[in-house]
Amino acid sequence: MKTESKLQKLLDSGHFAVTAEIGPPKHASAHGIRHHAHMLKNYVDATNITDCQTAIVRLSSIAAAVHIRDCGLEPIVQMTCRDRNRIAIQSDLLGAYSLGIRNLLCLSGDHQKFGNEPSAKNVYDIDSIQLIYLMRRMRDEKLFFSGEPIKEHEPRFFIGAVANPFADPFEFRVARLEKKVEAGAEFIQTQCIFDMERFERFMEMVRERGIHERVHILAGVTPLKSWRAAKYLQTSVSGMIVPDDIVERLKKAEDPKREGIEICIEQIKHIRNIPGVHGVHIMAIAWEEVVPEIVERSGLYPRPKVE
Amino acid sequence: MIIAQQKPIKDIAEMIADCKKVLLVGCAGCVTVCLAGGEKETEILAAALRIMRRLQDNPLETVTYVATRQCDPEYIATMDNLVKDVDAIISLACGVGVQYIAERYHDKWVVPALDTKFIGGSKVHGVWEEKCGLCGDCVLHRTGGICPIIRCSKSILNGPCGGSQYGKCEISKDVDCAWQLIYDRMKALGRLDKLMEIQPPKDWSKSRDGGPRKAIREDVMIG
Ligand code: SF4
Ligand code: SF4
Repeated sequence: MKTESKLQKLLDSGHFAVTAEIGPPKHASAHGIRHHAHMLKNYVDATNITDCQTAIVRLSSIAAAVHIRDCGLEPIVQMTCRDRNRIAIQSDLLGAYSLGIRNLLCLSGDHQKFGNEPSAKNVYDIDSIQLIYLMRRMRDEKLFFSGEPIKEHEPRFFIGAVANPFADPFEFRVARLEKKVEAGAEFIQTQCIFDMERFERFMEMVRERGIHERVHILAGVTPLKSWRAAKYLQTSVSGMIVPDDIVERLKKAEDPKREGIEICIEQIKHIRNIPGVHGVHIMAIAWEEVVPEIVERSGLYPRPKVE
Repeated sequence: MIIAQQKPIKDIAEMIADCKKVLLVGCAGCVTVCLAGGEKETEILAAALRIMRRLQDNPLETVTYVATRQCDPEYIATMDNLVKDVDAIISLACGVGVQYIAERYHDKWVVPALDTKFIGGSKVHGVWEEKCGLCGDCVLHRTGGICPIIRCSKSILNGPCGGSQYGKCEISKDVDCAWQLIYDRMKALGRLDKLMEIQPPKDWSKSRDGGPRKAIREDVMIG
Protein backbone atom coordinates (compact mmCIF):
# COMPACT_ATOMS: atom_id res chain seq x y z
CA MET A 1 0.00 0.00 0.00
CA LYS A 2 1.78 3.14 -1.19
CA THR A 3 1.78 6.48 0.51
CA GLU A 4 3.09 9.86 -0.59
CA SER A 5 6.08 9.47 1.69
CA LYS A 6 9.39 10.14 0.00
CA LEU A 7 11.09 8.01 2.63
CA GLN A 8 8.93 5.06 1.66
CA LYS A 9 9.70 5.49 -2.04
CA LEU A 10 13.36 5.56 -1.29
CA LEU A 11 13.32 2.52 0.95
CA ASP A 12 11.03 0.55 -1.33
CA SER A 13 13.34 1.20 -4.26
CA GLY A 14 16.20 -0.32 -2.32
CA HIS A 15 18.17 2.77 -1.34
CA PHE A 16 20.05 2.87 1.94
CA ALA A 17 18.17 5.61 3.76
CA VAL A 18 19.48 8.27 6.10
CA THR A 19 17.26 9.89 8.71
CA ALA A 20 18.10 12.30 11.47
CA GLU A 21 16.38 13.72 14.48
CA ILE A 22 15.39 17.24 15.41
CA GLY A 23 14.22 18.02 18.92
CA PRO A 24 11.78 20.95 19.09
CA PRO A 25 12.75 23.76 21.46
CA LYS A 26 11.56 24.62 24.94
CA HIS A 27 10.06 27.87 23.70
CA ALA A 28 7.67 29.15 21.09
CA SER A 29 10.02 30.07 18.25
CA ALA A 30 10.74 27.85 15.25
CA HIS A 31 13.86 29.77 14.36
CA GLY A 32 16.29 27.09 15.57
CA ILE A 33 14.54 24.09 14.08
CA ARG A 34 14.18 25.88 10.73
CA HIS A 35 17.89 26.55 10.82
CA HIS A 36 18.57 22.87 11.49
CA ALA A 37 16.18 21.83 8.74
CA HIS A 38 18.03 23.95 6.18
CA MET A 39 21.32 22.55 7.38
CA LEU A 40 20.17 18.93 7.13
CA LYS A 41 17.91 18.93 4.15
CA ASN A 42 20.41 17.89 1.51
CA TYR A 43 22.09 15.35 3.74
CA VAL A 44 19.24 13.26 5.07
CA ASP A 45 16.10 11.82 3.49
CA ALA A 46 13.79 12.66 6.37
CA THR A 47 14.02 13.72 9.96
CA ASN A 48 12.21 12.63 13.09
CA ILE A 49 10.56 15.29 15.18
CA THR A 50 10.49 14.15 18.76
CA ASP A 51 7.31 14.34 20.81
CA CYS A 52 8.23 15.88 24.16
CA GLN A 53 11.13 13.47 24.44
CA THR A 54 12.09 12.35 27.95
CA ALA A 55 8.80 13.96 29.00
CA ILE A 56 10.14 17.49 28.79
CA VAL A 57 7.62 20.05 27.58
CA ARG A 58 8.62 21.25 24.13
CA LEU A 59 7.07 22.82 21.07
CA SER A 60 4.60 20.39 19.53
CA SER A 61 6.04 17.75 17.21
CA ILE A 62 3.34 18.30 14.62
CA ALA A 63 3.78 22.06 14.60
CA ALA A 64 7.55 21.63 14.35
CA ALA A 65 7.09 19.15 11.52
CA VAL A 66 5.17 21.74 9.52
CA HIS A 67 8.02 24.23 9.89
CA ILE A 68 10.48 21.60 8.81
CA ARG A 69 8.42 20.55 5.83
CA ASP A 70 8.21 24.22 4.79
CA CYS A 71 12.01 24.26 4.75
CA GLY A 72 12.01 21.41 2.24
CA LEU A 73 12.91 18.56 4.57
CA GLU A 74 10.57 15.61 5.00
CA PRO A 75 9.46 15.17 8.62
CA ILE A 76 8.64 11.98 10.50
CA VAL A 77 6.25 12.90 13.26
CA GLN A 78 6.74 10.99 16.49
CA MET A 79 3.59 10.18 18.40
CA THR A 80 3.83 8.79 21.91
CA CYS A 81 1.06 7.11 23.87
CA ARG A 82 1.98 8.96 27.03
CA ASP A 83 0.16 12.24 26.57
CA ARG A 84 -2.90 11.60 24.44
CA ASN A 85 -5.84 9.28 24.57
CA ARG A 86 -7.26 7.70 21.44
CA ILE A 87 -9.46 10.73 20.79
CA ALA A 88 -6.56 13.17 20.84
CA ILE A 89 -4.23 10.86 18.90
CA GLN A 90 -6.67 10.44 16.03
CA SER A 91 -7.56 14.10 15.96
CA ASP A 92 -3.93 15.24 15.99
CA LEU A 93 -2.97 12.77 13.29
CA LEU A 94 -5.84 13.77 11.02
CA GLY A 95 -4.61 17.31 11.50
CA ALA A 96 -0.98 16.35 10.85
CA TYR A 97 -1.92 14.65 7.60
CA SER A 98 -3.95 17.67 6.50
CA LEU A 99 -0.80 19.74 7.04
CA GLY A 100 1.21 17.56 4.70
CA ILE A 101 2.88 15.17 7.14
CA ARG A 102 3.36 11.74 5.56
CA ASN A 103 5.53 9.77 8.00
CA LEU A 104 4.53 8.64 11.45
CA LEU A 105 6.61 6.97 14.15
CA CYS A 106 4.62 5.27 16.91
CA LEU A 107 6.13 4.82 20.35
CA SER A 108 5.19 4.36 24.00
CA GLY A 109 7.08 7.44 25.14
CA ASP A 110 9.36 7.89 28.13
CA HIS A 111 7.64 7.84 31.47
CA GLN A 112 7.11 11.35 32.86
CA LYS A 113 9.00 10.55 36.04
CA PHE A 114 12.28 11.99 34.73
CA GLY A 115 10.76 14.88 32.79
CA ASN A 116 9.93 18.39 33.93
CA GLU A 117 6.35 17.54 34.89
CA PRO A 118 6.82 14.51 37.16
CA SER A 119 3.51 15.18 38.89
CA ALA A 120 1.58 14.91 35.62
CA LYS A 121 -0.99 12.20 34.97
CA ASN A 122 0.00 9.93 32.12
CA VAL A 123 -2.46 8.54 29.63
CA TYR A 124 -1.39 5.23 28.07
CA ASP A 125 -4.89 4.63 26.79
CA ILE A 126 -3.38 2.50 24.02
CA ASP A 127 0.15 1.15 23.66
CA SER A 128 2.56 1.56 20.76
CA ILE A 129 1.67 -1.75 19.12
CA GLN A 130 -2.02 -0.94 19.28
CA LEU A 131 -1.28 2.50 17.83
CA ILE A 132 0.57 0.96 14.90
CA TYR A 133 -2.27 -1.48 14.28
CA LEU A 134 -4.99 1.16 14.52
CA MET A 135 -3.20 3.66 12.27
CA ARG A 136 -2.54 0.97 9.70
CA ARG A 137 -6.19 -0.07 9.79
CA MET A 138 -7.19 3.57 9.48
CA ARG A 139 -5.17 3.82 6.29
CA ASP A 140 -5.84 0.46 4.69
CA GLU A 141 -9.39 -0.21 5.80
CA LYS A 142 -10.52 3.40 6.23
CA LEU A 143 -11.71 2.87 9.77
CA PHE A 144 -11.44 5.05 12.84
CA PHE A 145 -10.02 3.32 15.92
CA SER A 146 -13.62 2.68 17.01
CA GLY A 147 -14.36 0.81 13.79
CA GLU A 148 -16.53 3.60 12.44
CA PRO A 149 -15.88 4.10 8.70
CA ILE A 150 -13.99 7.16 7.49
CA LYS A 151 -16.08 8.31 4.58
CA GLU A 152 -13.32 10.12 2.73
CA HIS A 153 -9.76 11.40 3.02
CA GLU A 154 -8.31 8.83 5.38
CA PRO A 155 -4.78 9.72 6.51
CA ARG A 156 -2.25 7.69 4.56
CA PHE A 157 0.87 7.67 6.69
CA PHE A 158 4.00 5.62 6.11
CA ILE A 159 4.02 3.93 9.49
CA GLY A 160 7.11 3.35 11.57
CA ALA A 161 8.00 2.01 14.98
CA VAL A 162 11.04 1.68 17.19
CA ALA A 163 12.95 -1.35 18.38
CA ASN A 164 15.46 -1.54 21.17
CA PRO A 165 17.92 -4.43 20.80
CA PHE A 166 19.55 -3.37 24.08
CA ALA A 167 16.55 -3.66 26.33
CA ASP A 168 15.57 -6.90 28.04
CA PRO A 169 14.57 -9.65 27.77
CA PHE A 170 16.93 -9.83 24.81
CA GLU A 171 15.44 -13.05 23.40
CA PHE A 172 12.05 -11.39 23.21
CA ARG A 173 13.23 -8.20 21.50
CA VAL A 174 13.14 -9.68 18.01
CA ALA A 175 9.78 -11.29 18.75
CA ARG A 176 8.40 -7.94 19.82
CA LEU A 177 9.79 -6.37 16.66
CA GLU A 178 7.97 -9.03 14.70
CA LYS A 179 4.83 -8.21 16.64
CA LYS A 180 5.17 -4.59 15.53
CA VAL A 181 5.55 -5.71 11.94
CA GLU A 182 2.48 -7.93 12.32
CA ALA A 183 0.63 -4.91 13.67
CA GLY A 184 1.56 -3.01 10.52
CA ALA A 185 4.87 -1.21 11.00
CA GLU A 186 6.63 -0.59 7.67
CA PHE A 187 9.87 0.90 8.93
CA ILE A 188 11.77 0.52 12.17
CA GLN A 189 14.32 2.78 13.79
CA THR A 190 16.46 1.24 16.50
CA GLN A 191 17.75 2.65 19.76
CA CYS A 192 21.31 4.05 19.43
CA ILE A 193 23.77 1.27 18.86
CA PHE A 194 27.01 1.25 20.79
CA ASP A 195 27.25 -2.48 21.45
CA MET A 196 27.76 -3.60 17.88
CA GLU A 197 28.14 -7.25 18.79
CA ARG A 198 24.73 -7.34 20.42
CA PHE A 199 23.19 -5.53 17.46
CA GLU A 200 24.70 -8.09 15.09
CA ARG A 201 23.21 -10.90 17.14
CA PHE A 202 19.89 -9.10 17.04
CA MET A 203 20.07 -8.77 13.25
CA GLU A 204 20.97 -12.42 12.94
CA MET A 205 17.76 -13.31 14.76
CA VAL A 206 15.88 -10.82 12.58
CA ARG A 207 17.16 -12.56 9.46
CA GLU A 208 16.40 -16.02 10.85
CA ARG A 209 12.78 -14.96 11.16
CA GLY A 210 12.84 -13.20 7.78
CA ILE A 211 11.67 -9.94 9.38
CA HIS A 212 14.11 -7.84 7.34
CA GLU A 213 12.17 -8.83 4.24
CA ARG A 214 8.95 -7.48 5.64
CA VAL A 215 10.11 -4.20 7.13
CA HIS A 216 12.81 -1.58 6.56
CA ILE A 217 15.19 -1.47 9.50
CA LEU A 218 17.14 1.74 10.09
CA ALA A 219 19.95 1.34 12.59
CA GLY A 220 20.22 4.12 15.16
CA VAL A 221 23.55 5.82 15.87
CA THR A 222 24.53 8.71 18.12
CA PRO A 223 27.78 10.68 17.99
CA LEU A 224 29.04 11.24 21.53
CA LYS A 225 30.59 14.53 22.60
CA SER A 226 32.53 13.34 25.61
CA TRP A 227 33.28 10.36 27.80
CA ARG A 228 30.92 11.84 30.36
CA ALA A 229 28.08 11.71 27.87
CA ALA A 230 28.97 8.08 27.19
CA LYS A 231 29.11 7.30 30.89
CA TYR A 232 25.76 8.98 31.45
CA LEU A 233 24.09 6.87 28.79
CA GLN A 234 25.81 3.80 30.17
CA THR A 235 24.68 4.25 33.74
CA SER A 236 21.62 6.47 33.78
CA VAL A 237 19.46 5.63 30.79
CA SER A 238 17.45 2.45 31.05
CA GLY A 239 17.56 0.30 27.94
CA MET A 240 20.94 1.51 26.76
CA ILE A 241 24.24 -0.40 26.54
CA VAL A 242 27.50 1.48 26.11
CA PRO A 243 30.59 -0.74 26.17
CA ASP A 244 33.51 0.43 28.32
CA ASP A 245 35.89 0.63 25.38
CA ILE A 246 33.84 3.47 23.90
CA VAL A 247 34.01 5.36 27.18
CA GLU A 248 37.76 4.70 27.33
CA ARG A 249 38.36 5.73 23.75
CA LEU A 250 36.65 9.07 24.37
CA LYS A 251 38.53 9.51 27.63
CA LYS A 252 41.87 9.02 25.95
CA ALA A 253 41.10 11.20 22.96
CA GLU A 254 42.81 14.56 22.66
CA ASP A 255 39.75 15.99 20.95
CA PRO A 256 36.80 13.99 22.27
CA LYS A 257 34.28 15.61 19.94
CA ARG A 258 36.34 14.64 16.90
CA GLU A 259 36.70 11.16 18.33
CA GLY A 260 32.95 10.95 18.85
CA ILE A 261 32.38 11.79 15.19
CA GLU A 262 35.01 9.26 14.11
CA ILE A 263 33.39 6.51 16.18
CA CYS A 264 30.01 7.31 14.68
CA ILE A 265 31.37 7.19 11.13
CA GLU A 266 33.04 3.84 11.82
CA GLN A 267 29.78 2.53 13.20
CA ILE A 268 27.83 3.62 10.13
CA LYS A 269 30.36 2.04 7.79
CA HIS A 270 30.10 -1.16 9.75
CA ILE A 271 26.31 -1.10 9.87
CA ARG A 272 26.07 -0.64 6.10
CA ASN A 273 27.52 -4.10 5.69
CA ILE A 274 25.13 -5.84 8.05
CA PRO A 275 22.62 -7.73 5.92
CA GLY A 276 19.03 -6.66 6.47
CA VAL A 277 19.78 -3.09 7.55
CA HIS A 278 18.15 -0.65 5.15
CA GLY A 279 19.31 2.64 6.50
CA VAL A 280 20.77 4.60 9.33
CA HIS A 281 19.08 6.91 11.79
CA ILE A 282 21.44 9.53 13.17
CA MET A 283 20.42 10.94 16.53
CA ALA A 284 22.81 13.80 17.16
CA ILE A 285 21.14 15.04 20.31
CA ALA A 286 21.59 18.83 20.53
CA TRP A 287 24.45 18.44 18.05
CA GLU A 288 22.60 18.53 14.74
CA GLU A 289 25.37 20.47 13.01
CA VAL A 290 27.66 17.43 12.83
CA VAL A 291 25.20 15.38 10.79
CA PRO A 292 26.28 16.67 7.34
CA GLU A 293 29.91 15.76 8.00
CA ILE A 294 28.96 12.33 9.32
CA VAL A 295 26.79 11.61 6.29
CA GLU A 296 29.39 12.83 3.86
CA ARG A 297 32.32 10.99 5.40
CA SER A 298 30.31 7.78 5.75
CA GLY A 299 29.99 7.78 1.97
CA LEU A 300 26.27 8.48 2.04
CA TYR A 301 26.38 11.80 0.22
CA PRO A 302 24.83 12.90 -2.09
CA ARG A 303 21.43 11.55 -1.22
CA PRO A 304 19.45 9.88 -4.00
CA LYS A 305 16.62 11.86 -5.53
CA VAL A 306 13.14 10.45 -5.79
CA GLU A 307 10.17 11.77 -7.71
CA MET B 1 -6.96 -5.51 50.51
CA ILE B 2 -6.87 -1.74 50.54
CA ILE B 3 -3.53 -0.35 51.58
CA ALA B 4 -3.52 3.01 53.32
CA GLN B 5 -0.97 5.04 55.22
CA GLN B 6 -1.37 7.68 57.86
CA LYS B 7 -1.04 11.30 56.84
CA PRO B 8 1.61 13.39 58.61
CA ILE B 9 0.25 14.20 62.04
CA LYS B 10 0.64 17.92 61.59
CA ASP B 11 -1.67 17.75 58.56
CA ILE B 12 -4.29 15.93 60.62
CA ALA B 13 -3.89 18.42 63.48
CA GLU B 14 -4.43 21.28 61.07
CA MET B 15 -7.70 19.79 59.83
CA ILE B 16 -9.13 19.91 63.35
CA ALA B 17 -7.33 23.03 64.59
CA ASP B 18 -10.54 24.76 65.66
CA CYS B 19 -12.06 21.72 67.45
CA LYS B 20 -12.17 21.09 71.17
CA LYS B 21 -13.44 17.53 71.12
CA VAL B 22 -13.03 14.96 68.37
CA LEU B 23 -14.01 11.38 67.73
CA LEU B 24 -11.36 9.16 66.16
CA VAL B 25 -12.79 6.16 64.37
CA GLY B 26 -10.62 3.22 63.43
CA CYS B 27 -11.64 0.33 61.22
CA ALA B 28 -11.14 -3.36 61.88
CA GLY B 29 -10.95 -4.16 58.16
CA CYS B 30 -8.07 -3.72 55.70
CA VAL B 31 -6.48 -0.80 57.52
CA THR B 32 -6.07 -2.90 60.64
CA VAL B 33 -4.21 -5.51 58.63
CA CYS B 34 -1.98 -2.93 56.96
CA LEU B 35 -1.33 -1.30 60.35
CA ALA B 36 -2.68 2.10 59.40
CA GLY B 37 -6.04 2.51 61.09
CA GLY B 38 -6.78 -0.31 63.53
CA GLU B 39 -7.40 -0.03 67.24
CA LYS B 40 -3.75 0.48 68.11
CA GLU B 41 -3.18 3.20 65.51
CA THR B 42 -6.38 4.95 66.56
CA GLU B 43 -5.28 5.12 70.19
CA ILE B 44 -1.79 6.26 69.29
CA LEU B 45 -3.08 9.00 67.01
CA ALA B 46 -5.53 10.19 69.68
CA ALA B 47 -2.76 10.37 72.27
CA ALA B 48 -0.39 12.13 69.87
CA LEU B 49 -2.96 14.76 68.99
CA ARG B 50 -3.77 15.36 72.64
CA ILE B 51 -0.10 15.81 73.52
CA MET B 52 0.43 18.14 70.61
CA ARG B 53 -2.47 20.32 71.66
CA ARG B 54 -1.51 20.30 75.31
CA LEU B 55 1.92 21.62 74.34
CA GLN B 56 0.14 24.39 72.49
CA ASP B 57 -1.93 25.21 75.59
CA ASN B 58 -5.04 24.34 73.70
CA PRO B 59 -6.14 20.96 75.09
CA LEU B 60 -8.05 18.57 72.92
CA GLU B 61 -10.53 16.00 74.16
CA THR B 62 -10.64 12.75 72.25
CA VAL B 63 -13.03 9.83 72.06
CA THR B 64 -12.07 6.68 70.20
CA TYR B 65 -14.05 3.92 68.57
CA VAL B 66 -13.25 1.09 66.19
CA ALA B 67 -15.91 0.07 63.70
CA THR B 68 -16.05 -3.51 62.48
CA ARG B 69 -16.05 -2.09 58.97
CA GLN B 70 -16.50 1.52 57.96
CA CYS B 71 -17.33 0.51 54.41
CA ASP B 72 -20.64 -0.82 55.61
CA PRO B 73 -23.15 1.81 56.86
CA GLU B 74 -24.66 -0.73 59.22
CA TYR B 75 -21.45 -0.75 61.31
CA ILE B 76 -21.27 3.00 61.45
CA ALA B 77 -24.73 3.38 62.93
CA THR B 78 -23.44 1.79 66.15
CA MET B 79 -21.50 4.91 67.03
CA ASP B 80 -24.41 7.38 66.76
CA ASN B 81 -24.32 8.29 70.46
CA LEU B 82 -20.56 8.99 70.42
CA VAL B 83 -20.89 11.48 67.63
CA LYS B 84 -23.39 13.83 69.23
CA ASP B 85 -21.16 16.17 71.21
CA VAL B 86 -17.93 16.13 69.18
CA ASP B 87 -16.81 18.96 66.88
CA ALA B 88 -15.27 16.65 64.32
CA ILE B 89 -14.78 13.02 63.37
CA ILE B 90 -11.39 11.76 62.25
CA SER B 91 -11.72 8.57 60.28
CA LEU B 92 -8.79 6.16 60.13
CA ALA B 93 -10.43 4.10 57.43
CA CYS B 94 -9.84 4.16 53.69
CA GLY B 95 -11.64 6.82 51.68
CA VAL B 96 -14.76 4.69 51.62
CA GLY B 97 -15.14 4.79 55.38
CA VAL B 98 -14.60 8.54 55.55
CA GLN B 99 -17.37 9.02 53.01
CA TYR B 100 -19.89 6.75 54.71
CA ILE B 101 -19.31 8.59 57.97
CA ALA B 102 -19.72 11.96 56.25
CA GLU B 103 -22.91 10.68 54.62
CA ARG B 104 -24.44 9.58 57.89
CA TYR B 105 -23.52 12.60 59.98
CA HIS B 106 -24.21 15.48 57.64
CA ASP B 107 -23.84 18.17 60.24
CA LYS B 108 -20.38 16.96 61.30
CA TRP B 109 -16.94 17.95 60.12
CA VAL B 110 -15.38 14.63 58.94
CA VAL B 111 -11.71 14.38 58.03
CA PRO B 112 -9.43 11.63 56.73
CA ALA B 113 -6.43 10.55 58.80
CA LEU B 114 -5.14 8.24 56.07
CA ASP B 115 -4.10 8.42 52.46
CA THR B 116 -5.72 5.53 50.65
CA LYS B 117 -2.97 4.21 48.44
CA PHE B 118 -3.74 1.09 46.49
CA ILE B 119 -5.04 -2.45 46.32
CA GLY B 120 -2.34 -4.88 47.17
CA GLY B 121 -0.86 -7.27 49.62
CA SER B 122 2.03 -7.74 51.97
CA LYS B 123 4.91 -9.80 50.74
CA VAL B 124 7.00 -9.50 53.86
CA HIS B 125 6.06 -7.93 57.16
CA GLY B 126 6.05 -4.16 56.84
CA VAL B 127 6.11 -3.99 53.04
CA TRP B 128 2.98 -3.69 50.96
CA GLU B 129 2.87 -3.74 47.21
CA GLU B 130 0.32 -2.73 44.61
CA LYS B 131 -1.18 -5.60 42.65
CA CYS B 132 -4.44 -4.57 41.00
CA GLY B 133 -5.57 -1.41 39.25
CA LEU B 134 -9.29 -2.19 39.54
CA CYS B 135 -9.68 -2.04 35.77
CA GLY B 136 -12.99 -3.85 35.79
CA ASP B 137 -12.02 -6.34 33.10
CA CYS B 138 -9.31 -8.64 34.39
CA VAL B 139 -6.71 -9.82 31.87
CA LEU B 140 -4.57 -11.93 34.19
CA HIS B 141 -5.40 -15.06 32.20
CA ARG B 142 -3.55 -13.51 29.26
CA THR B 143 -0.51 -12.32 31.16
CA GLY B 144 0.52 -15.27 33.25
CA GLY B 145 -1.16 -13.99 36.40
CA ILE B 146 0.82 -10.74 36.52
CA CYS B 147 -1.11 -7.50 36.16
CA PRO B 148 0.17 -5.28 33.34
CA ILE B 149 -2.38 -2.58 34.08
CA ILE B 150 -0.98 -1.50 37.40
CA ARG B 151 2.39 -3.21 37.64
CA CYS B 152 3.63 -1.87 34.31
CA SER B 153 4.26 1.84 34.74
CA LYS B 154 2.74 2.47 31.31
CA SER B 155 -0.09 -0.09 31.50
CA ILE B 156 1.25 -1.62 28.31
CA LEU B 157 -0.69 -4.63 27.05
CA ASN B 158 1.92 -5.64 24.48
CA GLY B 159 5.11 -5.20 26.45
CA PRO B 160 7.82 -4.89 27.46
CA CYS B 161 8.70 -1.38 26.33
CA GLY B 162 12.21 -0.39 25.35
CA GLY B 163 13.01 0.86 28.84
CA SER B 164 13.04 -2.58 30.44
CA GLN B 165 16.53 -3.55 31.50
CA TYR B 166 18.03 -6.09 33.89
CA GLY B 167 14.52 -7.01 35.02
CA LYS B 168 13.74 -3.49 36.18
CA CYS B 169 11.35 -0.83 34.97
CA GLU B 170 12.71 2.33 33.38
CA ILE B 171 11.24 4.44 36.18
CA SER B 172 13.38 2.97 38.95
CA LYS B 173 15.87 0.28 39.77
CA ASP B 174 13.59 -0.56 42.70
CA VAL B 175 10.62 -1.40 40.50
CA ASP B 176 10.40 -4.77 38.77
CA CYS B 177 9.42 -4.63 35.12
CA ALA B 178 6.04 -6.37 35.05
CA TRP B 179 6.64 -7.47 31.48
CA GLN B 180 9.92 -9.13 32.34
CA LEU B 181 7.99 -11.07 35.00
CA ILE B 182 5.26 -11.89 32.50
CA TYR B 183 7.84 -13.04 29.97
CA ASP B 184 9.65 -15.22 32.51
CA ARG B 185 6.46 -16.85 33.65
CA MET B 186 5.07 -17.45 30.18
CA LYS B 187 8.40 -18.95 29.20
CA ALA B 188 8.40 -21.25 32.20
CA LEU B 189 4.86 -22.30 31.32
CA GLY B 190 5.87 -22.93 27.70
CA ARG B 191 3.31 -20.36 26.54
CA LEU B 192 5.47 -17.71 24.87
CA ASP B 193 3.34 -18.05 21.73
CA LYS B 194 0.58 -16.30 23.70
CA LEU B 195 2.71 -13.19 23.91
CA MET B 196 2.82 -12.98 20.12
CA GLU B 197 -0.91 -12.27 19.98
CA ILE B 198 -1.60 -8.57 19.61
CA GLN B 199 -3.68 -7.56 22.59
CA PRO B 200 -6.42 -5.16 21.49
CA PRO B 201 -6.96 -1.77 23.11
CA LYS B 202 -8.57 -2.02 26.48
CA ASP B 203 -12.15 -1.01 27.17
CA TRP B 204 -11.47 1.60 29.82
CA SER B 205 -15.17 2.32 30.19
CA LYS B 206 -15.21 -0.62 32.58
CA SER B 207 -12.62 1.20 34.66
CA ARG B 208 -12.96 4.62 36.30
CA ASP B 209 -13.07 6.22 32.87
CA GLY B 210 -16.66 5.08 32.47
CA GLY B 211 -17.75 7.14 35.46
CA PRO B 212 -18.46 5.97 39.03
CA ARG B 213 -19.20 2.26 39.05
CA LYS B 214 -21.77 0.18 40.85
CA ALA B 215 -21.97 -3.58 41.23
CA ILE B 216 -25.47 -4.97 41.53
CA ARG B 217 -26.58 -8.46 42.54
CA GLU B 218 -30.34 -8.47 42.34
CA ASP B 219 -30.56 -12.00 43.71
CA VAL B 220 -29.27 -10.91 47.09
CA MET B 221 -31.05 -7.58 47.32
CA ILE B 222 -33.57 -7.30 50.13
CA GLY B 223 -36.92 -5.60 49.65
S1 SF4 C 1 -6.10 -6.86 34.98
FE1 SF4 C 1 -7.47 -5.36 35.95
S2 SF4 C 1 -8.67 -6.52 37.43
FE2 SF4 C 1 -6.96 -7.83 36.81
S3 SF4 C 1 -5.40 -7.46 38.36
FE3 SF4 C 1 -5.00 -6.02 36.71
S4 SF4 C 1 -6.13 -4.16 37.20
FE4 SF4 C 1 -6.89 -5.79 38.53
S1 SF4 D 1 9.97 -1.11 31.79
FE1 SF4 D 1 8.49 -2.77 31.99
S2 SF4 D 1 7.13 -2.15 33.66
FE2 SF4 D 1 8.28 -0.36 33.07
S3 SF4 D 1 6.99 0.69 31.61
FE3 SF4 D 1 8.32 -0.62 30.39
S4 SF4 D 1 7.23 -2.55 30.16
FE4 SF4 D 1 6.21 -1.40 31.78
